[in-house]
Amino acid sequence: MIHFDNVAKRYPTGKESLTGIDFNLEEGEMAFLTGHSGAGKSTLLRLIGLLERATRGQVWVNGRNLNRLYGRDIPYHRREVGMIFQDHRLLHDRTVFDNIALPLIIAGAGRKEIRRRVRAALDKVNLLNKEKSQPISLSGGEQQRVGIARALVSKPPVLLADEPTGNLDPYLSQEIMHLFTQFNQVGVTILIATHDIDLIRTLGQRIIHLREGQIQYDVKKATP
Amino acid sequence: MSKKPSQRRQSKPDIGVLGWLARHLQAVISALGRLLRNPFSTLMTTAVIGIAIALPSGLVLFIDNVRQVSDDWQGVLNLSLFLDPVVTDQQAAQLSERIARHPEIASVRLVTKQQAMQEFRQLSGFGQALDLLEDNPLPAVILVQPTSAHNIEQLTKRLQSRQEVELAQIDLQWLQRFDAITRIAERSVFILSGLLGIAVLLVVGNTVRLEIQNRYREIEIIKLVGGTNAFIRRPFLYEGVWYGLFGALIALGLVVTALSMLQEPVQALAGLYQSDFSLAWVNPNILMSILLGGPALGLSGAWVEVNHQLRKMDPQN
Repeated sequence: MIHFDNVAKRYPTGKESLTGIDFNLEEGEMAFLTGHSGAGKSTLLRLIGLLERATRGQVWVNGRNLNRLYGRDIPYHRREVGMIFQDHRLLHDRTVFDNIALPLIIAGAGRKEIRRRVRAALDKVNLLNKEKSQPISLSGGEQQRVGIARALVSKPPVLLADEPTGNLDPYLSQEIMHLFTQFNQVGVTILIATHDIDLIRTLGQRIIHLREGQIQYDVKKATP
Repeated sequence: MSKKPSQRRQSKPDIGVLGWLARHLQAVISALGRLLRNPFSTLMTTAVIGIAIALPSGLVLFIDNVRQVSDDWQGVLNLSLFLDPVVTDQQAAQLSERIARHPEIASVRLVTKQQAMQEFRQLSGFGQALDLLEDNPLPAVILVQPTSAHNIEQLTKRLQSRQEVELAQIDLQWLQRFDAITRIAERSVFILSGLLGIAVLLVVGNTVRLEIQNRYREIEIIKLVGGTNAFIRRPFLYEGVWYGLFGALIALGLVVTALSMLQEPVQALAGLYQSDFSLAWVNPNILMSILLGGPALGLSGAWVEVNHQLRKMDPQN
């Protein structure tokens, strides 16, 4: 589903963020991306979402070579890749419902369909009673769940999360990770960047560890 | 993985004509709403656009009016027939009667040698000095007004060929000069319109750029979840159209106000020339140019700026 072939990313400032990354994530697989800040986790995710382009090598997502995707094709690629960020990236002048509806509105879904699918997404993240709230009035964990609902609402085959539990206490973090495991069980391919190694050890999933822009180790099944 | 990108490219969702209309209508209304939520800055921007549109429009109207005046004058073009000095006043009178019967001639007026002298005495102020002259050196003149200005050149030639006529002159030269001046004025207005049109583009572009900067976060998020450039562009384009339309309405108001302020003094001036001329109001051509030109300029300004900003947001290598 996601395939990296000798991928490097160098920023215009000269900083080498990634140097020669090779890995493959199968359809329906779930993996954690670990490493210190600055190891290149965010960059790797940004390449998959085509927020940035690789300087060298090839990135394949869902059968498409991202090097060959330009301009007007990018939005359609992003509709297949749900992205979740540490700072949630919610629109604070809109209700929770409108935030989650955004991808559907963009895709041109009908009113009824939007209502049905937003409700379903809210139900999955357990926020059905908050649909009319403003994001700012919600707790950090709740805001993150709104972000997750928005990433899921258009049912993308791939889900990326960049430090989704970065600001949450251990209990809430576990809850969020539990949500991701559930989505993975219904077939969504998931890649989560985190530095919370203690938490993910308990989940027994694949771990790809980055160090200074390279994969230091890649364990298929982490042992608790 | 081995599949070609083209195979994998998702088709755009088919939202139908109604869906398409609904999306545009929604963008039209939300763009209007955003403008009205900041009435003061909207008014400032539209006022600048309005003035920039009103200036050339007003000048075009002014020149239109001047043209109309000169067209009116075409109808009152005169011919002056200077008669040979040997022609007596009696002969001149006979000649003028004969000319007056001609169907192409509306009216004639004979100025005899004596009358010419009297007029000259009055107007020139030489008075006494003229008494010293033995002969009257002034020729008799027949002022001819043709029924139409069309064949005036031919008519002149025919009258010139008469023996009694020393010189037949059309009072045309000043009209040609006047025409040349209006052409210069028209060209200047054309240039000015171009410059002010560019100014409108820049004003709208600048306003849209500020708006994009204010909503940068929102645009970023929309792009994150797969919003196309068309989707992001749409509300800004309609904003440009609204700015242009409001500017056009303000321009129209300014032009009409200026016209009504000028009407009275212009009529007073026309009165001095025994004319019942009054300023023409905004004609349909100018009305349509303003009402369509404003929004078109707004749309173009917004289009250029939004595309420029969106290109900067594309993923970099």
